[in-house]
Amino acid sequence: MAEKTYPRSVISILVENHYGVLARIASMFNRRSFNIDSIAASETIDPGITRITITVHCDQNTLKQMLLQTERLEEVRKVFLLSTNSLQRELLLIKIACDSSNLPALRDIAGVYKAKIIDLSPESLVMELTGKPEKIDGFLKMFGNYNVLEMCRTGITALDR
Amino acid sequence: MKLNGSQIFVEVLAEQGVDTLFGYPGGAVLNLYDELYRNQDRIHHYMTAHEQGACHAADGYARATGKTGVVLATSGPGATNLVTGIATAFMDSVPLVAFTGNVGTGGLGKDSFQEAYIEGITMPITKHNYTVRHIEDLAEIMREAFRIAQTGRKGPVLVDIPKDISAAVCEFTPRQKVVPEVNQNFDTGALMKCAEVLNEAERPIIYFGGGVVSADAADELRLIMEKADIPATWTLMAKGVLEDEDPLNLGLIGMHGSFASNKAIDGADVVLAVGTRFSDRVALNPAKFARRAKIIQIDIDASEVDKNVSVDCSVIGDAKIVLGALAGMLNDADHSEWRETIQQWQDMDFVPGDSETELKPHQILETICDLAGDDTVYVTDVGQHQMWAAQYLTHVKPRHFLTSGGLGTMGYGYGAAIGAQIALGRQQRVVHLTGDGSFHMNLNEGVTAVSYDLPVITVIFNNQVLGMVRQWQTLLYEKRYSSTDPHRRTDYVKLAEGFGAKGYHCETPAEFRKAFLDALDNEGPSWIECVIDKDEKVLPMIPAGATIEDIILADGMEA
Repeated sequence: MAEKTYPRSVISILVENHYGVLARIASMFNRRSFNIDSIAASETIDPGITRITITVHCDQNTLKQMLLQTERLEEVRKVFLLSTNSLQRELLLIKIACDSSNLPALRDIAGVYKAKIIDLSPESLVMELTGKPEKIDGFLKMFGNYNVLEMCRTGITALDR
Repeated sequence: MKLNGSQIFVEVLAEQGVDTLFGYPGGAVLNLYDELYRNQDRIHHYMTAHEQGACHAADGYARATGKTGVVLATSGPGATNLVTGIATAFMDSVPLVAFTGNVGTGGLGKDSFQEAYIEGITMPITKHNYTVRHIEDLAEIMREAFRIAQTGRKGPVLVDIPKDISAAVCEFTPRQKVVPEVNQNFDTGALMKCAEVLNEAERPIIYFGGGVVSADAADELRLIMEKADIPATWTLMAKGVLEDEDPLNLGLIGMHGSFASNKAIDGADVVLAVGTRFSDRVALNPAKFARRAKIIQIDIDASEVDKNVSVDCSVIGDAKIVLGALAGMLNDADHSEWRETIQQWQDMDFVPGDSETELKPHQILETICDLAGDDTVYVTDVGQHQMWAAQYLTHVKPRHFLTSGGLGTMGYGYGAAIGAQIALGRQQRVVHLTGDGSFHMNLNEGVTAVSYDLPVITVIFNNQVLGMVRQWQTLLYEKRYSSTDPHRRTDYVKLAEGFGAKGYHCETPAEFRKAFLDALDNEGPSWIECVIDKDEKVLPMIPAGATIEDIILADGMEA
């Protein structure tokens, strides 16, 4: 489990889009006992380059080692820490048990947070929410008294302004 | 011109200046071996008894020459047998390119016969590795492998070649040999800051490691030591850089380093660390290492700064270039008061007792140095004998002390000695120092030394036990000798003869002297067994995690 006492840091890594590049980074993080909170990878506008966004909670020394050790990997083109005012977004999908009695309340929550209801059945609904990680955290706190059947967060994807 | 994968393999090896490789054949590399057979005039392949031995041989070849070692193994078990050798090279930053065969690309991932995912297995123990999936990529991948192995902080690279790739055909364009770029750049401002700290030091010390050997920076280091009057202590990876007679040479540092070295680091006000990584065998207690000092670090690898011990200032760059520039920034200095203090510590250091009847480890080593000559290459295994070799061998030159420092691989020695002997030619004296524990791990390589008629002299420090582990059990586990006394009854003389080597058994200094003199004249390999007492210890010793206050300076002292 991540040490939540440390602030969140978001690392952006540009790597060559080769077989196994994600495995190399994950393997190095594991070997050095660096804990990953979330990881997201996708192609950039240059199909030869993949962007990997890793979120961690750790002390400054560990963070410095993470950056330097990542930089040592042969296929890594660039590693940098995203600033606190960078644009950070996450996507959440959440499936909640519902019936006619609590549906209006769920719709209200969705309305306040601008979440979309993307699936509705007599027993459950699925909501989709995009936003800053803090917004997702806040949104999730609304469902303490509901029966959450399943949920999935993408992890942070981020760009500097 | 159109060539097949195996022809490309040989052409790129030749293009990269490789005339020697070590290996072991098998199904997945039959095409490559067939091509090597046709090119025996250009590329000499040495077959060992086991792939691990081949990998250590390539490593010994690289350490002794500074060139990149090359090893070739088949898929599956051939590839996995390389793992310890690759990890050994990785931990000590040795340039090595390992080639493995694999099943055909169509069979990858199907658990085919002798298939192993060696790319995944070796990911954390290589600088980089590749599986060649398209014949068009083979030549460039091989060139990249040689470039990566030799550039910056050196290390091993693995290239996995599926069998169909070694047969597939494509256009081949010859290229020039990759010349590794030496990074000429460093932060001048940061270096000036370091120089300022050093110029103000009253009790400075240099602590250096294998990076000085790797960058060939011994001259620059000595210049700084003399100009600024700074004593120096070194790690296991840097034995041979300083001359024994140099009064500024304090000897080995760390767990089995000299009392004076460890006291001097503890008492220094400025430490200049060069090409070294504050390992747990040196900075035994990282929080208290050089606790009174400002620490300056020069290293080629930025990730080494603040990794184990926090430093006050650092410069990233090639040790030769950075030290050369630093020398010009330092004032002439006289630290005679500090040197006198260190001299007092040197006078208090551990001195082993001689014997005329029994074989004593330090006396064995003194005799070897006396008889073998100053140009000898020494290769060790791992354990007590390794530490004694680091402490007592004299007049050793840079690149003439080959040892597995980081990984501590028992069984490293024989393969590495064979690689060094092949690299430097049979007129070069190579002495392999080993213990009975280490030797039993890979003594099978005796057959390789016999096959190629290599005059490697193996000296076995036989104390009947796993001495280093037993020493810890004596000092720290109340003499509970769990699995360190295997009661082996190996007759080394008969075993040597069985392999086709010459064997000697010695119990006294006179017998050893006679045996070693005899071995010096042998055309092929010699094994000299030296019977030593099982309670011989490596001293001084600072236990793991402890500080200079806890140093054990005499046998019988408690840890």
